[in-house]
Amino acid sequence: MNLNELSILSLYSAMGVYAFAFIAFAIDLARRSSAVDAAVDAAQAGTRAGAEAGARLAAEATGSAAAGSGGTTTLTRISTRIANDAATPYGRSASLRVGVSLTVLAWALHLAADVLRGLAAGRVPWANMYEFAMTGTLLIVTVFLIVLTRADLRFLGTFVTGLVLILLGIAALRFYVEVAPLPPALQSVWLVIHVFVASLGTGFFALGFALSAVQLLQFRRESLVAEARATRLRFVATLPSSATLENLAYRVNIIGFILWTFTLMAGSIWAEKAWGRYWGWDTKEVWTFIIWTIYAGYIHARATRGWRGSRSAWLAIIGFSAVMFNFGIVNVFFKGLHAYSGL
Amino acid sequence: MATLSRPSDHYDSRPAGSGDAVTQPRLGSAGWLRWFWRQLTSMRTALFLLLLLAIAAVPGSLVPQRSSDPNGVTQYFANNPDLAPALDSIQAFDVYSSAWFSAIYLLLFVSLIGCVIPRTKHHLQALRAKPPKTPARLARLSGFTARDAPAGTDAQAAIESASGLLKAGGYRVARFDNGPEVSVSAERGYLRETGNLVFHSALVGILITVGFGSGFGFSGQRVLVEGQTFVNTLLAYDSFNPGRFFDDASLDPYKLKLDDFDVAYETKNLKAFGQALDFTADVTVTPRGEAAKPGAVKVNGPLRTGGTDVYLLGNGYAPTITVKDPDGTVVFTDSIPFLPQDANLTSLGVVKVPDGLKKQVGMIGFFYPTQAEAQSGAYFSSFPDLEYPLLTLNVYAGDLGLDEGVPTSVYSLDTDKMDALATRTTTVKPLELKPGETQQLPGGLGSVTFEDANPGAKKGDFSGSVLRFASFDIHHDPTQGWVLLFAVLVLLGLLTSLFIPRRRVWVKAIEQGDGSVRLEYAGLARGDDPALEAAVADLADRHGAQLPAAPLAPAPDQT
Ligand code: HEM
Repeated sequence: MNLNELSILSLYSAMGVYAFAFIAFAIDLARRSSAVDAAVDAAQAGTRAGAEAGARLAAEATGSAAAGSGGTTTLTRISTRIANDAATPYGRSASLRVGVSLTVLAWALHLAADVLRGLAAGRVPWANMYEFAMTGTLLIVTVFLIVLTRADLRFLGTFVTGLVLILLGIAALRFYVEVAPLPPALQSVWLVIHVFVASLGTGFFALGFALSAVQLLQFRRESLVAEARATRLRFVATLPSSATLENLAYRVNIIGFILWTFTLMAGSIWAEKAWGRYWGWDTKEVWTFIIWTIYAGYIHARATRGWRGSRSAWLAIIGFSAVMFNFGIVNVFFKGLHAYSGL
Repeated sequence: MATLSRPSDHYDSRPAGSGDAVTQPRLGSAGWLRWFWRQLTSMRTALFLLLLLAIAAVPGSLVPQRSSDPNGVTQYFANNPDLAPALDSIQAFDVYSSAWFSAIYLLLFVSLIGCVIPRTKHHLQALRAKPPKTPARLARLSGFTARDAPAGTDAQAAIESASGLLKAGGYRVARFDNGPEVSVSAERGYLRETGNLVFHSALVGILITVGFGSGFGFSGQRVLVEGQTFVNTLLAYDSFNPGRFFDDASLDPYKLKLDDFDVAYETKNLKAFGQALDFTADVTVTPRGEAAKPGAVKVNGPLRTGGTDVYLLGNGYAPTITVKDPDGTVVFTDSIPFLPQDANLTSLGVVKVPDGLKKQVGMIGFFYPTQAEAQSGAYFSSFPDLEYPLLTLNVYAGDLGLDEGVPTSVYSLDTDKMDALATRTTTVKPLELKPGETQQLPGGLGSVTFEDANPGAKKGDFSGSVLRFASFDIHHDPTQGWVLLFAVLVLLGLLTSLFIPRRRVWVKAIEQGDGSVRLEYAGLARGDDPALEAAVADLADRHGAQLPAAPLAPAPDQT
């Protein structure tokens, strides 16, 4: 068995373990729902706690603009408050712990697959679609695991493992190519820098996307509760308040934005070296620019009265959709100088 | 609190008051102008224009663009004869220089400038101003903490030490005495706003350099066969696109000779067999009045010389073909660049012999560096290097159409007014030549020779038998360095403005009726600042720890 075959084996194993992690995380979400049901039953069984909780949530929802002015700065301090401001407190279920452990295991296999592919090719493992997908998803999980050490975002496990599984599945089935040497056009340090930073930025954008999506769900729940109406997706009650989610999403997204800004610049420097101009509105350049502009819009929206909260969250969601489009559709179906998908 | 002179719809500014022009019905033209300006420089407009710009950029990726893919545009017109002209009329093939795209980004930048100038003015003032007076009640501010100072603490000394701590933490401080209340007001993070202003100004810088600067440069293309020399003058270019303000006289006439074009192809890894591994153009550069020096141009490694950047864009084979009349007199000899048609360098080229033979002769040649035969009998190349080279020539005689004054491409042959002498459909089949071979032209016109560029080689070694050509792009862009500088400023400004917290912190010491001292701490975020409360708590802890150690008179008698 050669290195590349080992890499493939390792990758398929990682996908298997990710699948189990996904199931564990999904079970955790289900348990959250029942925990919420239990809390509601307990509340209805006599005390006025339910009404109070509702009132508190209403205050939370309307006060979110004020409370929401936290934001930026030091990643290292990503709030300790986060665990505490869920409407229904919820500890860490066994399945959540299993999910995280399996994710770490899958990540290690994934890393091995990536490194082996690099060794098999004798170069960085990100020179065609298959390899981008493998390294990009590895970085998504890496960013997730690192952020976990600073903030309790375990509830995003279903999303992260699910996304990574889908992407790896597509990569393995549709994008697979044999190990090949780098064509002269890709022989550059800028391949190492530009593509790596772009993938890392994608990792942050993915988390930001998930946080923004959950923020929208949470906001909806908070509004329904404030109007004393029934909510669906009950597990959302165990997650941080929409204001906290918004702040977290913002911090994760601006790191992604900075990395993307760097990607754009590094790409231009490389384009100058390879094609003799730093910017030429090639399709891939166009989409990198579009993504950058959408996220610049997101940052502005966060600072614009009337746009904080849900509207800016939608921009983050559109931004990440554009990132995925750029990777999956533009690389494969659009014509341009960046014809390196290897397909 | 004083605002940061941000647009009135910035979430951190006070809601627009009665002065909000939107609600004022009767406005003079000056009023309207001011209203318009206020709208244009509002956050909402900036946001709207940014998103509009993102949307407007999309069509350019769906439809081929003249600037990056002119052939694609031609193709598009051929494929969509009805749609294409309509799209063309809305500049869909020139999106990024179109009136509508330009209008969006110009408006955005006017808005940006209108936004940055007042903020810069305000920021310069803020940089010189003292931190604002301590608010009367701190209790309503972020991270409010109240503590009783250890007995015997002196209010003045406590504030002195707090102020020292704050200064050491990079705060600008001001002390305020208000009877029994002594306080220090501190502010830090001016760099945040500086970073933001640098970021936005650098964006303007990029736009201006790109907009103006590109007019001063040029780009040109030139194909060189191994052994040929190019002199950097206008006439030597195959094509030349000067910027609007470019002065031809500024070309530095250095000489560039292509000595050798080196290629390497994968032969070990069968799954990537024939893939290119390396292209290197070994050149000799002779600057005017200086000694020649060797250089190299690679795909990702341009050669920077004589104020220009030389890029390697393409390469291929340039078979040397000699045509003689029936007496054996050479009427034509040249190395002709053949255009590669596929990854294994099946190449297509045209030979035109206008003079010296009975009739004008044109030939369409296919060159296969490693010739192989498909089942259908068609030839193809199975490897891009010279393993088993073969040249086939379709021969035509008649009028080459060169005398009509219409410029014709050296890469195409118009056979309308010519007779086919040797093609797949004539009785005489296309001529087939290996390097060094000669064949007779049909009809006794003469002979054609495919010259071997390396006649001394061992039999069966064709590696040097055909010359190669390299196509170079030669550019001069005086703005590149500036754009890079502004881009770096953009990044630095972004980092400072997103990661440096701007905050105000107050420490107040209040002498109580009983002579004890109560200490209060609080902060105020200016912009996103998640760590504010932790910072205030940390300050209170450190200050508390310092107090007993401060040179205070110990309380006289403690019972
Ligand atoms: C070319 C268009 C623009 C781009 C790409 C852009 C991008 C950005 C980015 C990335 C940020 C966050 C980084 C930072 O704080 O420095 C930002 C912040 C900001 N921009 Fe812009 N901007 C543009 C135009 C404008 C315009 C026209 C205005 C004025 C209306 C404006 C006002 C602001 C303000 C006030 C902030 C600070 C937001 C805050 O307080 O967090 N920008 N911009």
